[in-house]
Amino acid sequence: MTGAVATLQALVAEGVDTIFGYPGGAIIPIYDALYDFKDQLHHVLVRHEQGGIHAAQGYARASGRVGVVLATSGPGATNLVTGLADALIDSTPLVCITGQVFAHLLGTDAFQETDIINITTPITKWNYQVTKAEEIPEALAKAFYIARSGRPGPVLIDITKNAQQQAFDAPDYRPCTHIRSYRPAPVVRPEYIEQAAALINSAKRPFILWGQGVVLGAAEREFRAFVEKSGIPAAWTILGVGALATDHPLNVGMLGMHGNYGPNVLTNECDVLIAIGMRFDDRVTGRLDKYARQAQIIHLDIDPTEIDKNVQTTVPVWGDCKETLPLLTALVEHKAHPEWLARFHDHMAQEVDAVIREELFPTSDELTMGEVMQQLNELTGGEAVIVSDVGQHQMVACRYARQNQSRSHVTSGGLGTMGFALPAAIGAKFGAPHRPVVAVIGDGGIQMTIQELGTIMQTGVDVKIIILNNQFLGMVRQWQELFHQRRYSFVDIQSPDYVAVAAGYRIAGQRVDARPDLRPALARMLAHPGSFLLEVMVTKENNIFPMVPQGCSVAEIRLR
Amino acid sequence: MDRQEYNITAYTENQVGLLNRIAIIFSRRKINIESLNVSPSEIEGIHRFNIVIVETEEVVHKLAKQIEKQVEVLKVYFNTNQDVIWQEMALYKVPTDIIAEKVLVERLLRENGARAVVIRKDYTVFETTGHREETDNLIKALQPYGLIEFVRSARIAIIKASDGFHLKLQEFEQREPSEEVAENEFLNDRDAVFTM
Repeated sequence: MTGAVATLQALVAEGVDTIFGYPGGAIIPIYDALYDFKDQLHHVLVRHEQGGIHAAQGYARASGRVGVVLATSGPGATNLVTGLADALIDSTPLVCITGQVFAHLLGTDAFQETDIINITTPITKWNYQVTKAEEIPEALAKAFYIARSGRPGPVLIDITKNAQQQAFDAPDYRPCTHIRSYRPAPVVRPEYIEQAAALINSAKRPFILWGQGVVLGAAEREFRAFVEKSGIPAAWTILGVGALATDHPLNVGMLGMHGNYGPNVLTNECDVLIAIGMRFDDRVTGRLDKYARQAQIIHLDIDPTEIDKNVQTTVPVWGDCKETLPLLTALVEHKAHPEWLARFHDHMAQEVDAVIREELFPTSDELTMGEVMQQLNELTGGEAVIVSDVGQHQMVACRYARQNQSRSHVTSGGLGTMGFALPAAIGAKFGAPHRPVVAVIGDGGIQMTIQELGTIMQTGVDVKIIILNNQFLGMVRQWQELFHQRRYSFVDIQSPDYVAVAAGYRIAGQRVDARPDLRPALARMLAHPGSFLLEVMVTKENNIFPMVPQGCSVAEIRLR
Repeated sequence: MDRQEYNITAYTENQVGLLNRIAIIFSRRKINIESLNVSPSEIEGIHRFNIVIVETEEVVHKLAKQIEKQVEVLKVYFNTNQDVIWQEMALYKVPTDIIAEKVLVERLLRENGARAVVIRKDYTVFETTGHREETDNLIKALQPYGLIEFVRSARIAIIKASDGFHLKLQEFEQREPSEEVAENEFLNDRDAVFTM
């Protein structure tokens, strides 16, 4: 068989059903072989490789499986760079397969040659260049194993054209289960579990922070058991959203720069802080030297490099939280912390008065982003997969979207990649075909990858697109307003007629700029068979509050 | 915290591109590598990096974990200079006629623990090994006699107090046996191999 066929057989053997890609000269042999694999592998032709990798990320995040991307050499491969960086920082399992020039041309500046291995070294969990067909099965087996095990991440396999064409005696495909130099999960140390449990049991004001590690470890049930037995209030980072349902009584809200008031302020008042599968990102911690100095810190993480990286821990709990959480739950006492929990509720009441009520139920004539999310919550009952782009609308979507189940919010957390949502929503729908998928995108972000409307047109995928149009690059404008004396430098962005653009791609659409039209339009969008683009004109100069200004402590969060 | 010289020792697979992957961990933090040596280790197929940087213990600790996190890295240790035995090697090329005429060569060699590696009509090459200040001494001694060329190797270091990496690798292999067992065979009869 040829290297190209071996590549596709490996994908089938790994259980891949959907791949996103864009053909080109150096990957033609694989595309040629794909012609015969149409029944086994559903290939989605995107409009740009960046769209392809974001779609694969959306697929992976919504489904919990490995996203697969095909791209050609040179520009095809370099167009994957943003998505690789995004996937690495957000721990998304991907296998990217790029074509490469013939092995004998490597290093000669051949047509469409780039050194993609070296370009992507800092933004992949692992990468490898295949120059002979014989290497393909093992390289792909390792790629899938590395991408999805331990702390997941993106892997890139670069295959030279000769290796794709070359015929060889392929052995039966053997999945990889072990690599000598790779220890995906650290060994759980019982003494640390015991120390952590003792700390938790002695705590007066314990507080749980959870992140995406709970979702990646598929430990939602174990996590809920821990929270409910220990009775500890728990707050989430934006990638942890949904691991515990939004309306769970111990879910006290979102952490970080635009998180809720209570979780931020009370971080600096708790006595024991239990961080689970989160990495103390600077958007969560604010100023580190004033972050939870009073607290004893327990950190559960599968990645030992995260422990003590930003915040010094009292008790480190290495390991997969699916394994460590039940051990910890077994040792913690059944408790409730009513007075401590009431303080979160008091802060929430303050936040509702200062911010939330007006955002979700505005008294002004202009539409707000928050009320769009509120109406959407009511219509979907919190069952939709929300895919948000980056900016003000993202913070609104994260703050206000109701999420009843895990893997319900796909967003670019660590990298903050504008243009992420439209392609990621396409991928999310392929990853979770039985769930409604709603992309929430700003007028800036949609224009970065708007060509993926073409992918929607061609595949007929059912994605609902809400553009929250404030006619600004809103988050930058907010910063310019608050910290740069309202010097609005190049944030005033014009938009095309989105409904007409959608129509050009044969996608139904509607524009809304008055409150009475909002709910009927949302209902129409959700009921529409197939994709629908809804543009909502919202207040131009609305700010996202609360906010922890950069360089401030989380306790200095501003309600206004 | 005080910055000082640290010796980072990394045991890795012998894999194309790994040097870059490790170097990036330093360069993205704008940390300069003072000295870098990579060579095969005592275990077949496993390479050993010796990297010297000047940093605080906290930073080195994090860097070591970041390096160890790389897929093809087996184990990373870091030590201060007090905790390792380390050497650098230096070569000195000087004109033979001047040396022969003006220097008490034997004394020079003894004083500096050096030896002549090559003696040709036109030039002679001396070699010393030692710490930086020791190898520097011979430069000073030879400079007046027309030192033509000088080169010094990266530092190599052996950790004083350690069970060695063998034990660690054995633990690894017992816990999760590798399918590539070549090293195991080697390790099983390593007593024989190392008997003197």
